[in-house]
Amino acid sequence: MAHKRRDMLIDPMVDNNPITLQVLGICSALAVTSSLQVAFVMAIAVTFVTAFSSMFISMIRNQIPGSIRIIVQMVIIASLVILVDQMLKAFAFEISKTLSVFVGLIITNCIVMGRAEAFAMKNPPIDSFIDGVGNGLGYGLILMMVGVIRELFGAGSLFGITILETVNNGGWYVPNGMLLLPPSAFFIIGLIIWAFRSWKPEQVEEREYKIQTVEAH
Amino acid sequence: MGLRSFFDSVEPHFTKGGKWEKYFPVYEMVESFLYTPKTVTTAAPHARSYIDMKRIMTYVVIATIPCILMALYNTGYQTNMALADHEATGWRAAIIGGLGIGFNPANPLANMMHGLMYFLPIYIVTLVAGGIFEVIFATVRKHEVNEGFLVSSMLYALIVPATTPLWQVALGIIFGVVIGKEVFGGTGKNFLNPALTGRAFLYFAYPAQLSGDSVWVPVDGYTGATALAVAASDGFQELAARGMSWWDSFYGFIPGSMGETSTLACLIGLAFLLITKIANYRMVLGCLLGMIGFSLLLNAIGSDSNPMFAMPWYWHLVTGGFAFGLVFMVTEPVSGAHTNMGRYIYGALIGFMVVMIRVINPAFPEGMMLAILFGNVFAPLIDHFVVQANIKRRAKRHV
Repeated sequence: MAHKRRDMLIDPMVDNNPITLQVLGICSALAVTSSLQVAFVMAIAVTFVTAFSSMFISMIRNQIPGSIRIIVQMVIIASLVILVDQMLKAFAFEISKTLSVFVGLIITNCIVMGRAEAFAMKNPPIDSFIDGVGNGLGYGLILMMVGVIRELFGAGSLFGITILETVNNGGWYVPNGMLLLPPSAFFIIGLIIWAFRSWKPEQVEEREYKIQTVEAH
Repeated sequence: MGLRSFFDSVEPHFTKGGKWEKYFPVYEMVESFLYTPKTVTTAAPHARSYIDMKRIMTYVVIATIPCILMALYNTGYQTNMALADHEATGWRAAIIGGLGIGFNPANPLANMMHGLMYFLPIYIVTLVAGGIFEVIFATVRKHEVNEGFLVSSMLYALIVPATTPLWQVALGIIFGVVIGKEVFGGTGKNFLNPALTGRAFLYFAYPAQLSGDSVWVPVDGYTGATALAVAASDGFQELAARGMSWWDSFYGFIPGSMGETSTLACLIGLAFLLITKIANYRMVLGCLLGMIGFSLLLNAIGSDSNPMFAMPWYWHLVTGGFAFGLVFMVTEPVSGAHTNMGRYIYGALIGFMVVMIRVINPAFPEGMMLAILFGNVFAPLIDHFVVQANIKRRAKRHV
């Protein structure tokens, strides 16, 4: 059992990563990764919401009627998101301003809904909680990787601390402005998925079509 | 020993079982560059044509020659003009001084020489940086390196400003080759134009070096706006006052990215491509009609605050990258639409988008690059609808 729970936590990091394998939660990954600090807070917020929503939904999973389960899940997720939003506004106002609507949009984050629907509805609360933490961390891991690349090469800093002195401040580094624009996260996530699938070829999906090879005569 | 027999003697090392088997694509690249490719279609259906890929690519490179010459001349000409009240410095000045050619803008040789010294480093860096990645992918993925890269690198070198730092040139072409082409499977499978992808990357990543007033003429401290930037701020009537007549613009004696200033050179290339049937006239026609139609419409609508509304179509034709893009990028067969009806629509969409971006979008003075990439993205959709419409039409007839 303990072994299984450890797998639940570790699996979503690489082998079953919500972003790179299931390609969920991309929208927020594009929007909040231009600075590492914001990405970090977002990762924590999503982990918190996924873990607790999975746990609470799992607790009442046997009472939820199948026909209205999505609404019930939404109510729980939304309450948690509002909680997170209020906490951020109270204790980290600057970051909450940068995150703006994306905290609210955690409600619609496919990862949260996906875990509630696919895992928490069928498993006991503690397992669901661990699964939620694992998936939140898997999401956070990719967010941080993208954030490091974007902030380091786009602004020359990490967590706001200057690493590469930019030309405007008298240094040598010419920042890459595209990395600060959301589309760059598409490329970076694409490249990360490429790297992951080269490392673990079993993640590669089967082709939808086959290119026919014809024998030479 | 002749070259052919040299190739024949080393070939066994590269084919299956040879000691350099891994590097077969490199061998194949050099060999097929110098000789006719040996591979022929073996399976049915056969479509025999004297135009193979090697010939298409070579013809496109030939078609760019007028643009290259004009790029050399105009880059040197603009630089030498600007040097009238600036001091020439750096290694280029040292070489030209050493050769005793001087910086007289009235002397064509001096202009060509000076232009060459800007074009050549950019072109060499493009070839080397892009070529390395091309060969890496070919070796790992086991496909051939073909002349397509020569086209991409030539077009790319022609559409960057002369002042672009060389490391940015390298970064741009690497991005273009890898993201624009290789990740989708290499030549023939790219849905975006690799040269434009590279330039678009630079455009958004390093806007300070790729746009603005000081990047077009490579003289420190000299600023010269492109025709489009002038037209956007003061109206196209102002161009004449700045010494840019329509004919200057048509011949290409205006500041701009190296190879794309001269509409005349592009049209010579277009004539060559149309006669050899490399370029499809439908795309060209569609693009021209889209551009002319929409700019006439905007002329009719008019605007009090935006002088670009009044810019007539014949100015749109000769400014910015329109002519170059029209000839060498809209007509690119892989990333464009593949059905005949689709080609008209594809061309018209690009023509419309160019004017749209140039006139209505205040953020970008030039729109050809973005319009073509936009068209590239829509090309498969256009084809899909054309094919579906055809199926429906024929199904109706069948009843």
